[in-house]
Amino acid sequence: MTKNPQKPLKPAAHPLDDLIRTERIPHIWCPGCGIGTVFSSTLKAIKGTGIPYDRFTMVSGIGCSARGAGYVKLDSFHTTHGRAIPFASGIKMANPDLNVIVFSGDGDLFAIGGNHFIHAARRNMDLTVVCVNNLTYGMTGGQVAATTPNRAKTTTTPFGNPDAPFNLPLMASASGASYVARWTILHTRDLTDSINEAMAKKGFSFIEVLSPCPINYGRRNKEKPLDTLKLYQERTIIKNGADPARADIDFDRGVILGKFVDIDRQTCDSMYNSVCRPCSDD
Amino acid sequence: MAFWREPLDTQEIQISKGTVHIIQDRCKGCGYCIEFCPKDILAFSDSFNKKGYHPPLAARPDDCVNCHYCEIICPEFAIYSTEDPDIAATETT
Ligand code: SF4
Ligand code: SF4
Ligand code: SF4
Repeated sequence: MTKNPQKPLKPAAHPLDDLIRTERIPHIWCPGCGIGTVFSSTLKAIKGTGIPYDRFTMVSGIGCSARGAGYVKLDSFHTTHGRAIPFASGIKMANPDLNVIVFSGDGDLFAIGGNHFIHAARRNMDLTVVCVNNLTYGMTGGQVAATTPNRAKTTTTPFGNPDAPFNLPLMASASGASYVARWTILHTRDLTDSINEAMAKKGFSFIEVLSPCPINYGRRNKEKPLDTLKLYQERTIIKNGADPARADIDFDRGVILGKFVDIDRQTCDSMYNSVCRPCSDD
Repeated sequence: MAFWREPLDTQEIQISKGTVHIIQDRCKGCGYCIEFCPKDILAFSDSFNKKGYHPPLAARPDDCVNCHYCEIICPEFAIYSTEDPDIAATETT
């Protein structure tokens, strides 16, 4: 029996406790992992919309970030690897009134599920895709990913990654996304506002969030979690409206953050209705 | 070294005041809240929580401005701030 006089009788309640499955907290994410911050920003943005919680669905694929679907107290789907976007597209087509959020990692969305991403963007599916980009495959032990920067060390590239990584904002905007932004977990306020804005946006919205994976990426590249955050503080520059072609991730040169694309284009749903259901009212 | 001038209306601005709350057993000791609190309120405590991490403690609780930054950057839902009721009451009058 411990008797701690400072301990409150009732456990204190975090303001987001109504949106998380508190019985599963602490979550599995490692100390210093940024996924929890992205998750928390997403929940804060959901809360900020003022829309009832039963109008939201969260869909995740597989990976560390994809655990998010299991911690959120909303209708949520933890789907097969890479297939978060097709599941989300199905949900949206069946029930266009739902706000569908895809919360997943870079490996899931851009390697295993890369094709789904570009085609959902092309068709302008009305989804909000939050991609936690930790530059590696965290859950499986830190192998080289499609987003690993050139020369970065991973378990499968001990001499450094010989390849060039994807530039995700460029890929999203070239594929036709209506809204494209990039933030880091240090820019929590901009990130929260951005997710909020993306949820209100009709069409395919994509937000890339740079996030440390200290255990499987940082450790091999001599970056402690706080070092990564310092990098986000010192080696990034916010340029809203910048050309996504210049948004490649190279911390030596500086990484561009901000909102790259915010355009209006007919969504998949409205185009489908006008072509295939010309007589229906909606 | 400050590169900015003091705003002209500094005297009139009511600085909000808050209390920071720490849910010790959720913390994994990453130190983000401690490092990035704009008012340097927090520090690692010497005690351990249930999982063996050192959670933060409010070393200078009176300076908290209720900015919620620790609350959003914490990956663990382990810290949050609330507005101090007294100040809130005087603000609205
Ligand atoms: S392995 Fe990396 S990405 Fe996965 S929880 Fe740990 S730190 Fe986060
Ligand atoms: S609310 Fe702001 S000032 Fe108060 S402890 Fe948190 S980060 Fe520091
Ligand atoms: S940010 Fe959260 S997990 Fe990290 S030290 Fe602070 S309270 Fe603990």
